[in-house]
Amino acid sequence: MEKKTPAVKMRNITKRFGSILANDKCWLDIYRGEILALLGENGSGKTTLMNMLSGIYFPDEGEISIDGKPVVIRSPKDAFDLGIGMIHQHFKLVDVLTATENIVLGLDGKLDLKEAAKKIREICDTYGFEVDPDQKIYDMSVSQKQTVEIIKVLYRGADILILDEPTAVLTPQETDKLFAVLRNMRNDDKAIVIITHKMHEVEALSDRVAVLRHGQFIGDMLTKDTDAQEMTNMMVGRPVTLNIDRPEPKNPKPRIEVKGLTVRSMDGILKLDDVSFTANSGEILGIAGISGCGQKELLEAIAGLQPTEGGSITYIEDDGTREELLGKDPLSIAEMGVTLSFVPEDRLGMGLVGNMDLSDNMMLRSFRRGRGIFTDRRSPKKLAETVVQELEVNTPGVSTPVRRLSGGNVQKVLVGREISAAPTVLLTAYAVRGLDINSSYMIYDLINRQKAEGVAVIYVGEDLDVLLELADRILVLCGGKVSGIVPGRGATKRDVGMMMTKMGGNQANA
Amino acid sequence: MHEKTPLFHITKRGALPWYRAWMIRAIGIIAALILCALVTTVLTGVNPLQVYVTIFKGSFASARRFWDMLQKLSILLCVSLAVTPAFRMRFWNIGGEGQVLIGGLATAACMILLGGKLPNWALILLMIASSIVAGAIWGGIPAIFKAKWNTNETLFTLMMNYVAIQLVRYFSVVWESPKGSGTIGMINQATQAGWLPEIGNKYLLKILVVAVLTVGVYVYLNYSKHGYEIAVVGESERTARYVGIKVEKVIVRTMLLSGAICGIAGLLLVGGTDHTLTDTIAGGRGFTAVMVSWLAKFNPIWMILTSFLLVFLDKGASEISAMFSLNQSFSDILTGIILFFIIGCEFFINYQIQFRKSGKEEQ
Repeated sequence: MEKKTPAVKMRNITKRFGSILANDKCWLDIYRGEILALLGENGSGKTTLMNMLSGIYFPDEGEISIDGKPVVIRSPKDAFDLGIGMIHQHFKLVDVLTATENIVLGLDGKLDLKEAAKKIREICDTYGFEVDPDQKIYDMSVSQKQTVEIIKVLYRGADILILDEPTAVLTPQETDKLFAVLRNMRNDDKAIVIITHKMHEVEALSDRVAVLRHGQFIGDMLTKDTDAQEMTNMMVGRPVTLNIDRPEPKNPKPRIEVKGLTVRSMDGILKLDDVSFTANSGEILGIAGISGCGQKELLEAIAGLQPTEGGSITYIEDDGTREELLGKDPLSIAEMGVTLSFVPEDRLGMGLVGNMDLSDNMMLRSFRRGRGIFTDRRSPKKLAETVVQELEVNTPGVSTPVRRLSGGNVQKVLVGREISAAPTVLLTAYAVRGLDINSSYMIYDLINRQKAEGVAVIYVGEDLDVLLELADRILVLCGGKVSGIVPGRGATKRDVGMMMTKMGGNQANA
Repeated sequence: MHEKTPLFHITKRGALPWYRAWMIRAIGIIAALILCALVTTVLTGVNPLQVYVTIFKGSFASARRFWDMLQKLSILLCVSLAVTPAFRMRFWNIGGEGQVLIGGLATAACMILLGGKLPNWALILLMIASSIVAGAIWGGIPAIFKAKWNTNETLFTLMMNYVAIQLVRYFSVVWESPKGSGTIGMINQATQAGWLPEIGNKYLLKILVVAVLTVGVYVYLNYSKHGYEIAVVGESERTARYVGIKVEKVIVRTMLLSGAICGIAGLLLVGGTDHTLTDTIAGGRGFTAVMVSWLAKFNPIWMILTSFLLVFLDKGASEISAMFSLNQSFSDILTGIILFFIIGCEFFINYQIQFRKSGKEEQ
């Protein structure tokens, strides 16, 4: 079909990490003037493959050609010399330097910041970036930092750009801007690879998709010739249903009542301002909002991890007994007999211990139950085995440190542990962030099962499409205030999006 | 014009089976011995085999040497056991030296002030209690500051060493014997009041105490709830708080334990071995213990091996400096080479070097 020579031709690339085969004779063609979406489940080897192209890893076997010429990429510098630049998920910028200083950092030749700033402005004008070359990095939003990373790569003359999950940290508006810039770059005949899990982004942006599964190349096709269902099936290797269930809540009763909750951060910034709502049993309460609008503080306050300034959080038992949770730490909440499960945003930094194995991580919740001074190791191990089996966790065994698992599997371990306690309240923060589509649907399903069992679920999400399909009611936060609570059924993306950005959306009776 | 593939590149290994890891370590030690032999021959002209035999003799030539080696091993192991719980918690306690000294000071105080005034069994019980309490206080102070105000524990514990040294110097003058010597001399030499009893021979008691401690610390760290809490706090304080572990409490509790075991080491030194107190009685063990603990990856059972290695090298070193009239520095060089190779082994256990496959790949 394609007559032109691929900008990048990767053939039979194999990469092993110890006994783990990350890429297995993998193929990939990347063309100029095209946006390629690289798809695959967590741990399917997308990032590893791109890291080999950008010189971070060196392949064990295989050949890479650039514009038809075989090359060897030994280091990121080699990659740059070949015009390959990668924008990683985690930014690599020096906070106290300006955008310009960061961009020229490490380049050879005479240091002329004025000249550099001029060149940066030219790049910005060409592609439609909005960034001030003299602004310090610590003053920038996440999206601006990402822009600096992209300009850094362009400044060095890259014409093959790789972006690893660039939209994971962006708001919908920022994502639209990024996409516009990427389209401009494509029209400038650059080759662009984007790794993403969000199907609607793939459909909106890419010209071609390539699918990896278990480190192998499964196939590629033009985006216009395929659809989300086909791509997902290719990724997973079997047909998958892409519908989220939303059964009617059964017999909902108030479970958590939050009144006038106010939280200030350590620096004195108001994070939550007079927040009031009720979460019912057997119901999913979605929390929407631009990131950093108090979602984290809200969940942590309920879980007893966040010092608060005022208000009350009342737990209401089935028989109507009311108990105050505010001012209690997680241990005393548990001792009150309230089973409150919490899937925090920071999985390996808070929910789990990366260096411990699966069994030991299961023990985090149960270690106090052992006899006398000793811990009970047998039941956590059993629980780990159950979780691995029921949630199809892909791991060599229950004695593997969880940091070795891929993102989706880490999340399954965490969610599996949290729901194993048979909670009455389940708090989840960005439960599917960074997860591939198959794992995401499994998590939605698990959450729905909790709902069916009468658990009050509070689900903080970033993907509005999902919130609108999953939640029974949606609470929208804006700058620490509740800008409205709307029923999930019938709400539109536009309405909720409006409430996210400004106060005083329609306060529906929910 | 094709660029060449790099000659080699480094990749991370998966988990190695234990025997492969030990094979790498064995190769490392053999390589270290070969290099030591070369250095010895080139620098001193002495037959390296003779040197090795002498090093070996340092610990094994006679029953007395062997027992002495075991005793030294025990004391070093005791201090290492003490710092290990703190290390597992990522609390860098380098104040073992001071905690041992304070334990020793408390022991000596009991012996000097109460010797002869109490029945011996009561005196010894009191010595045990006061050395433990003194060590625990010395370990607890930096922990409280860390827990309450997040002070830097490394600096704090280090500084506490100097306070302890100065206290010991002060009391060396207060309790000096004979007058004017500025040293304490043998305490209760005539009555032997407060001298720890001998069982079997004069070494065995200390060895047994430390053996029990080793098992105790091992079980505590690996099977108890406290041990689990220590591990969680060490890995991530946020996770610890998330599951309701009181981080401050764990820090203080663990350092009390750490200091208490150091106090026992002080007790064994003053009450069991030296029967005197000087400001050098800890002999740098508070610092050597850091190395013992790290080399063993904080595993008390492996620490028996690593403390043996260090004591063995140390004894061998003094032996060769005596035998071949080389000074101590030369044996330090050999010790350095051997440790370098042992630590270097860990790199090859975690990573492997892949060499370029010759031939076709380069076209």
